[in-house]
Amino acid sequence: MAPNEIAQKLLLQGAQNAWDMLSEEQSQKHITTGSGDLNGILGGGIHCKEVTEIGGVPGIGKTQLGIQLAINVQIPVDYGGLGGKAIYIDTEGSFMVERVYQIAEGCISDIMEYFPCHHDKSSSGQENLQPESFLAGIYYFRICSYTEQIAVINYLEKFLGEHKDVRIVIIDSVTFHFRQDFDDLALRTRVLCGLSLKLMKLSKSYNLAVVLLNQVTTKFTEGSFQLTLALGDSWSHSCTNRLILYWKGNERCAYLDKSPSLPVASTPYAVTSKGVRDAGSSSCKRVRVM
Amino acid sequence: TKISGFPSSPPVAGVLPAAEMANKLVSDMCLPPHLAHLLAARRLTTAKDVLSLPEVELMSLLDAGLATARDAVCRVSEFACPPCQTALALLEERVRLGGGGRLATTLCGLDEALGGGIPLGKLTEVVGPSGIGKTQFCLKLALLATLPECYGGLNGRVVYIDTESKFSSRRMIEIGQKSFPQIFRQEGLAQKMAGRILVMRPASLSDFTKSLEQMKVTLLQNDVKLLIVDSVAAFMSSENERGTTGFTQHPLRWALSFLKSIAELTRIPVVVSNQVRSQSNDDGYHYSFEVKRRGDGDGAERLESHLVAALGIQWAHAVTIRLVFESHSGQRFIKVAKSPMSPAVAFPFIVESSGITLLNDEGIDVSGPEITSIRCQGQNLLGLLPFENRG
Repeated sequence: MAPNEIAQKLLLQGAQNAWDMLSEEQSQKHITTGSGDLNGILGGGIHCKEVTEIGGVPGIGKTQLGIQLAINVQIPVDYGGLGGKAIYIDTEGSFMVERVYQIAEGCISDIMEYFPCHHDKSSSGQENLQPESFLAGIYYFRICSYTEQIAVINYLEKFLGEHKDVRIVIIDSVTFHFRQDFDDLALRTRVLCGLSLKLMKLSKSYNLAVVLLNQVTTKFTEGSFQLTLALGDSWSHSCTNRLILYWKGNERCAYLDKSPSLPVASTPYAVTSKGVRDAGSSSCKRVRVM
Repeated sequence: TKISGFPSSPPVAGVLPAAEMANKLVSDMCLPPHLAHLLAARRLTTAKDVLSLPEVELMSLLDAGLATARDAVCRVSEFACPPCQTALALLEERVRLGGGGRLATTLCGLDEALGGGIPLGKLTEVVGPSGIGKTQFCLKLALLATLPECYGGLNGRVVYIDTESKFSSRRMIEIGQKSFPQIFRQEGLAQKMAGRILVMRPASLSDFTKSLEQMKVTLLQNDVKLLIVDSVAAFMSSENERGTTGFTQHPLRWALSFLKSIAELTRIPVVVSNQVRSQSNDDGYHYSFEVKRRGDGDGAERLESHLVAALGIQWAHAVTIRLVFESHSGQRFIKVAKSPMSPAVAFPFIVESSGITLLNDEGIDVSGPEITSIRCQGQNLLGLLPFENRG
């Protein structure tokens, strides 16, 4: 066959040439994490059409970041966001709705600060900037077993077909049920592999970001025990990007461990009462009783 | 091959259907007849059976094409998937249920830090060295749950699983009389409140697991508003706590995830107390990308290592709230070590006749990973790991 014909045949089968991909990538919007420094090492924020894994020890702020992303994806287009909705799949029960409300308020107050006159001009601006409307934009699934986890990931295809404005799917955490209820490790690896392929496919077909929160375990390498993300070596190949959250002295830091296009880098960040922000912001996370 | 794992509890008709999604019967799913027959013929009777296999393996098991396997998985998934709610609906439900979804501990500073008190529907862990006041805390909570709502209680029964024979009714009544003298002066009230607390004393791990299995029904039939397990680690010392290689299906692991699911399904607070052990050399400290500093002094290194092990990593991921009780510099502190909505803060306290009292309601801000370490008289201790698995 002549080269043109081969190219034609491949295009018909769903392949894309690299130039088209580049222009597509450049027009992609990113989902801000709330911290400018963190966005910086991520190349602007969390990418759509990619699967990002975020791991860390308990208490470091994985759920906080997950909730922050679920709010930030909804920032209206007028204010530089994606104006999309979020799916939050909670396997551990750490989704506390009062905190979500608080983070929504923090996001709104930051928008008002950066766009003080804008919301007068924009017709729909005022009504949408209420914490309640941000909460209404998060579709929440509570998953109590690995069967349900597999079921919900399979069901997402249909759900996303019906809810085309979803731009992020967060699973908090992807590990929990698979660590405790699965005896057969080899089978677990195969099942997880299938799930990660499905998620990757969903992210590409529906142009959304998939964020998987992972737990941490210890591994014996190089003569000592080290921390590593859970679910084993084969799982670590499944995600496009990997971000590890860790303590450095008294500061929270994020380390970009894996990315197809960005260098490894780390940066400090903070969790405040408003949510995830740059380090050096007022670090008091006082909560208001509702 | 059957996948063992989650032991199935005896089916109770009409009770908590959401919990049994994994056990939903294929026969109840109204699948097209050819699919239903195919799955039944291969003994795939529950949603769990069908979904635990990767598609390709299901295909070969059913001896059918990929399209059929995919169709089966798709339909079963739709049935087994729990319903979705918006976060707004969750908030409205929380508001509707009232009480802010919390059990106030009456320790003002702590209640404020926790957003009102111990959350309903979540698993709260209390960990600390022996003698520090964990049981005192649990006794007071048990009492508070029995009080009428006008006094800040949940007006319900309490199940108190006492694994170390530490429960003392006399002490609990004393706490009640000293903390709420106006209530307990009333005739017969002490008896009424104490009568609402069911104390269970399992003698062994298997007794404990058995009583947990029956727990769901017990909780619903008796209008139980609080479940306390004091302590969960008691059975650890007699069993082999460290898993060797791979996964060991430790029965305690099941108990812990069961407690968590019970909390959510019955929407009651579950409080679990945990013991501590001293450090061993096996505890992992750093990620591979972190530079290991040699001779940097034992202080910083030890603190970080205690952080890792103290969390008993897999267990610590499982609890929603962790309160660390510790002592140092001659004082005792309650630290909010893990909570999705609380600042990292420590409160000094003492134990007196009315139970635990905070010396300072403002709390002391704690920065960094120190919030999660457990100290006792200058030494760093660690939360007892129910299981340390390397997988």
